[in-house]
Amino acid sequence: MEIKPPKCTIPPANWEEFKDLQEWKQLHKTRPETGDKFSPLFESVTEGIHSFPGGFVVTTVADNFLNWARKSAVWPVSFGLACCAIEMMATFASRFDVERLGMVPWASPRHSDLMIVSGTVTIKMAPMLERIYEQMPDPKWALSMGSCANSGGPFRHGYHVVKGVDRIIPVDVYVPGCPPPPESLLNGLLLLQEQIAHFHKTGRKAEPTPKVD
Amino acid sequence: MSAEMNIARARMLLEGIPGVTLSGEGPILTVETPVDQFAVVGAMLKEKVGCLFFAFLTAIDHKEAGLEVVARLDNLDSRVCVMLRTKLGAGNTRCPSLFAIYRGANWMEREAFDMFGIVFDGHPDLRRMLLPEDWVGHPLLKSYAVDTPYPPYR
Repeated sequence: MEIKPPKCTIPPANWEEFKDLQEWKQLHKTRPETGDKFSPLFESVTEGIHSFPGGFVVTTVADNFLNWARKSAVWPVSFGLACCAIEMMATFASRFDVERLGMVPWASPRHSDLMIVSGTVTIKMAPMLERIYEQMPDPKWALSMGSCANSGGPFRHGYHVVKGVDRIIPVDVYVPGCPPPPESLLNGLLLLQEQIAHFHKTGRKAEPTPKVD
Repeated sequence: MSAEMNIARARMLLEGIPGVTLSGEGPILTVETPVDQFAVVGAMLKEKVGCLFFAFLTAIDHKEAGLEVVARLDNLDSRVCVMLRTKLGAGNTRCPSLFAIYRGANWMEREAFDMFGIVFDGHPDLRRMLLPEDWVGHPLLKSYAVDTPYPPYR
């Protein structure tokens, strides 16, 4: 008698069926936009100049100049939560040298533009993180670094972990990895600079980069 | 004094107490006591056996059979380790505190209270150790649902 090998059929993954992804999408539809990245006064003045004949030249040039200035001096607040912070420190150190991109790790949230959430956010730490983010002046950006900050990562089903930092603060760039190497974080920072470059041109905040865990 | 002699002495001392069972081989001696004898046996181990070092205290959830408290006491000079265990019984969450005997039991008992909800009688300052003070429930119990909503961050 012939013995047939067992047939192993794995159904292709339908990502839309995953509960976590649905939850994330729902959350992003309704997430609160804390922190206004535009000043209404500045916007009305810009509108006024724009409506003058030939005024658009001034506004676009001014926009370009301001965006160039913003993206060339993104100061991340030095804020590390877990092992991802080690990679973040390596990125700030001389080998990868983000200072050539104009980034200086600054020890005060009141002078910073960017918050790199590097590591697991516990429920006990979440209020402090939110507070630091609120202390930063507008315009401000947030970068979620590593699986833990993106979605909770390996600790997602623990009792004490926030399932993704985007439940607390709006995130602009997600960097996958566990932990992401400095090259990965550097790529994320360059993506953020690109986002900042067409920040005012589009008139609103750029979409966050697609989330990968 | 050698480890064997110390263990033999500990066995001799503890065999007289009703309800205490001894087991274990080699340098580790497992002592199971009823709940009301917990602190008495702890004091005896410190004074008579010389277990001056309080290594840790934790608990185990046996679901329907109730909780079990486990403490490890070491005599570092003669390498005697004692696992002191007591079963609280179904539905019981009260246990005598070892704080009066071992100062190191203070934070360990607070942690056991935090994670398992065991109330240690005689503990001077039984508050939550690791979790925020407004946390609801005791997360290392088997009956604790992991996805218990904890607004606003879950």
